[in-house]
Amino acid sequence: MDVIVCVKHVPETAEADLKINPKGTAIEESGLVFDINEWDDYALEEAVQIKEKFEGSVTAITVGPEEADSTLRKCLARGANKAIRLTDPKFEGSDSFATAKILHNVIKDLPFNVILTGALASDDGFAAAGPILAELLGIPHATMVKKIELNGDFARVNRELEGGLEEVIDVKLPAVFSIQTGINEPRYVSIMGIRKAMQKETQVLGLAEVGLSENEVGESGSWIKTEKMYVPPVEKQAEFLAGAPEEIAAKIADILKSRGLV
Amino acid sequence: MKEIFVLTEHRQGEIRDITFEMLAKGRELAEAAKTELAAVLLGSNVKEYAKILSEYTKRVLVVEDAQLENFNSETYQRVLASIIKERKPLLTLMGHTSFGLDLAPSLAVSLNIPLATDCIDLGFRNDALTVTRQMYGGKVNVNCLLKKAESYIGTVRQATFPAGKKSPSNGEIVEITSPLSDEITEKRFVKYVLPPPGGVDITATDVLIGIGRGIKDESEIPSAEELAKALGGALACSRPIVDKGWLPDDRQVGSSGKTVKPKLYIALGISGAFQHILGMKNSDLIIAVNKDPKAPIFGVADYGVVEDLFKIMPSLKSKVEELKK
Repeated sequence: MDVIVCVKHVPETAEADLKINPKGTAIEESGLVFDINEWDDYALEEAVQIKEKFEGSVTAITVGPEEADSTLRKCLARGANKAIRLTDPKFEGSDSFATAKILHNVIKDLPFNVILTGALASDDGFAAAGPILAELLGIPHATMVKKIELNGDFARVNRELEGGLEEVIDVKLPAVFSIQTGINEPRYVSIMGIRKAMQKETQVLGLAEVGLSENEVGESGSWIKTEKMYVPPVEKQAEFLAGAPEEIAAKIADILKSRGLV
Repeated sequence: MKEIFVLTEHRQGEIRDITFEMLAKGRELAEAAKTELAAVLLGSNVKEYAKILSEYTKRVLVVEDAQLENFNSETYQRVLASIIKERKPLLTLMGHTSFGLDLAPSLAVSLNIPLATDCIDLGFRNDALTVTRQMYGGKVNVNCLLKKAESYIGTVRQATFPAGKKSPSNGEIVEITSPLSDEITEKRFVKYVLPPPGGVDITATDVLIGIGRGIKDESEIPSAEELAKALGGALACSRPIVDKGWLPDDRQVGSSGKTVKPKLYIALGISGAFQHILGMKNSDLIIAVNKDPKAPIFGVADYGVVEDLFKIMPSLKSKVEELKK
């Protein structure tokens, strides 16, 4: 069973204080820590578990800058056999459609039974690259996947719906599955493991090797482009309680008391 | 005349709210673009739905086929592609839900038309679609322009637009013959599953302490549990806590979990992704503790505390216990 996992190197922003650049087109990246996209981390673990169960190989592939090598090294340390980085200044500004085209042009010549991606990326949140890639390859897909059982030439997968409900569907292989968080428990990798993975080689391909023209990638090859980025307007703002922790706790306790909650 | 399509989302015998939200926004867009709003309804034995929808729109396009009984992105894509090719709508709206997420991207590729996902606003400028989306978990908004095209697809975030009123007159119901043949499909619906209920029902609890990513470590959960106990409430959480297996699935608040309306919701270390906010914004009193003053949770909270939750949690617990004496 050969598995390809598509990963993205993204800034960790959940707890960071983000600043928008003066032009209002992107966030300031300095000072932010970059790592594998959270959803892709689960996709990677799923890929490695499939390999361990059915034998075969895992290939990790990313579209991104040179710095994305640290994410690829993580993939290699976790059990990927091979890593491919698709890097070209012309790729900048690609939306999920342009990114999927770049991935497609390389993946179509690789052997695979299953392709895994994260359900979405924490930066742009498009949640579309996986199913776009599937359509370009002419194979089926399932998104928001919470469970995969491989049964020969089809897979039985659980998709997450709303309100805690899931649906079970059968999908013919080869197929693309975009993975929802919580499907597994991504394993811990030691620093030693990551160091060892540095000896494994990463293949790097640019626009010419990928075989696309300039106007098929980047902003010109995309469906959507950002015109302006800004802090969301606040309709309502909480009343902030200030002071030392003790004082704040006392204020909260008073509020609860006045409302009869204590 | 070019139309604006709204794809009806229905499951297990009911039309889902997102449909009516899109119909309201769709009507506004259709009026601005001097075009007509049409609901597209795919299913099996759905005449009753068509009647309901006709009260909200100029036209309902209905395709009935046994193969369309349950949502299946493969069969839905085939039918929708044929209708879009035929009628060339200006825009097709569908929910940014597990349904729309599975359908919109591949449909857009197959028709070679641009797609914008997870839109919180949409409009047209010089005949090109403009949308507002969010990035970085809702911390920034972006105004986007789509490539010029004759037809677009947009997926719309849930609970973003208020559901609209009925139209003054009922729309026409147009039946379209299913283009599906009996060929073997690559994707097949098997069944729905609901996880078994656990010991605590967070939808029936007056006080909830919601914990999120900021709790950092599983070893901190007992102290949050103690605070919940002191307040006579229960522990709930955002998605990352369930993903890590620190609390069971049925404690998750949000669009993929439970919708709660307690008298008090204290959010500890929850930044407030819209999926979580959807599930708790109607609580009577919301108090949020987070280190980031710009966290979206402060946009729905009544009271906010910008502080390390580990400093607040123990103090609050002792203050509450003092008051109870």
